[in-house]
Amino acid sequence: MIRVVLPAHLRTLARIGGEVELEVAGPVTQRSVLDALETRYPMLQGTLRDHVTKKRRDFVRFFACEEDWSHESADAPLPAAVAEGREPFLVVGAIAGG
Amino acid sequence: MSGVRVLVGTRKGAFVLTADGKRDRWEVSGPHFAGWEIYHVKGSPADPNRIYASQSSGWHGQVIQRSNDGGKTWEPGGNKFVYDGVPGTHQWYDGTPHPWEFKRVWHLEPSLADAETVYAGVEDAALFRSTDGGASWQELPGLRGHGSGPHWQPGAGGMCLHTIILDPSNPARMYIAISAAGAFRTDDGGATWKPINRGLYSKYIPDPNAEVGHCVHHVAMHPARPGVLFMQKHWDVMRSDDAGDSWHEVSGNLPTDFGFVIDVHAHEPETIYVVPIKSDSEHYVPDGKLQVFRSRTGGNEWEGLSDGLPQQDCYVDVLRDAMSVDALDSCGIYFGTTGGQVYVSPDSGDHWTAIVRDLPPVLSVEVQTLK
Repeated sequence: MIRVVLPAHLRTLARIGGEVELEVAGPVTQRSVLDALETRYPMLQGTLRDHVTKKRRDFVRFFACEEDWSHESADAPLPAAVAEGREPFLVVGAIAGG
Repeated sequence: MSGVRVLVGTRKGAFVLTADGKRDRWEVSGPHFAGWEIYHVKGSPADPNRIYASQSSGWHGQVIQRSNDGGKTWEPGGNKFVYDGVPGTHQWYDGTPHPWEFKRVWHLEPSLADAETVYAGVEDAALFRSTDGGASWQELPGLRGHGSGPHWQPGAGGMCLHTIILDPSNPARMYIAISAAGAFRTDDGGATWKPINRGLYSKYIPDPNAEVGHCVHHVAMHPARPGVLFMQKHWDVMRSDDAGDSWHEVSGNLPTDFGFVIDVHAHEPETIYVVPIKSDSEHYVPDGKLQVFRSRTGGNEWEGLSDGLPQQDCYVDVLRDAMSVDALDSCGIYFGTTGGQVYVSPDSGDHWTAIVRDLPPVLSVEVQTLK
């Protein structure tokens, strides 16, 4: 079970109360986690990454195990602690603007 | 009992203001979509309970919201705005080619006849249409594919398609306006478009006959006379009596003819309203006094309306989609300011009161007249 923490505005948009728990088939990567997240919550499509290119939106960052994964390959395996559900995958709105 | 519902988009959420036909006691609901920029909220003429809202943010991009109960509850629609084919380029501020990039929806225009059909004017300028209640969107590529597209250039606020007017007498005819490309018309349901900018003069454009490049801020039409258009250009208030084929200036005695909003009285097609703004570098009302100007002659002769509006130390702006009128017997005029006030005049502009005073900066105001 993969745990995902979303920023407040996206929790409101998707009507999510707290952490999201996802089943991810195959390797646990940013791409597979986000694919599963968007399948469960289609209203999040386009709010984290581009619809077509799947490029991360500029002011969205991804963290795991206190490391910034925003610039890592979308297909790189996430840490075992995330894959095993001991640590959450964090989606964070960048500190930019008001 | 008749009444009105005022749909207000602001920098930090949407608000719904409701009143009965007297328009003197108001209920305020919101913020809806708190913290998000709401560029526009508009109800369907075919089903007043169907309302569409454009929700966006710099962090998370575009969301479309839809209500089926008059704004009490909302559900997200589709937000996949993908340009048709190879997007190509337009001009950047420095004149170099720049790829077309979707940024946000500025304006939503529901169909006059079908609640499931709605048009979206977007930045970078293009026109999209949904026929499934906002679930999916398809570009009408004939507009952007007009031969002038590579020469369009953004205004200071971005290259936005901000005005969409549907002709109630001719379903195939539609008008749109883009900053800073100009106004366009289709007579075949959006398949092909022609620029309608003849007679516009913009001093920063060397060619007085330039087909595109004019910074049109807003266009208004009375539904009973769909061939007559009124325009607030960057500078100049303009009028066309031939569906945009030609324009002439009607700024007349306005204290300044820079501004953003323009609208037409619901029952008097020759009565129009603007809010003059000091200049293109000073985006606030002149002399610290907020005044709406009304012409009962279709332009040229204007009177300032200030009863109930602040007449000292006021430095607000009124943005292009932030004025609307209701269709009650005594026509109500509404506008919102960058200072967060929404004003109403239930008597065609003679007297004004603030419905709310302290909202976030107002981006848009639309009114639904409820039976």
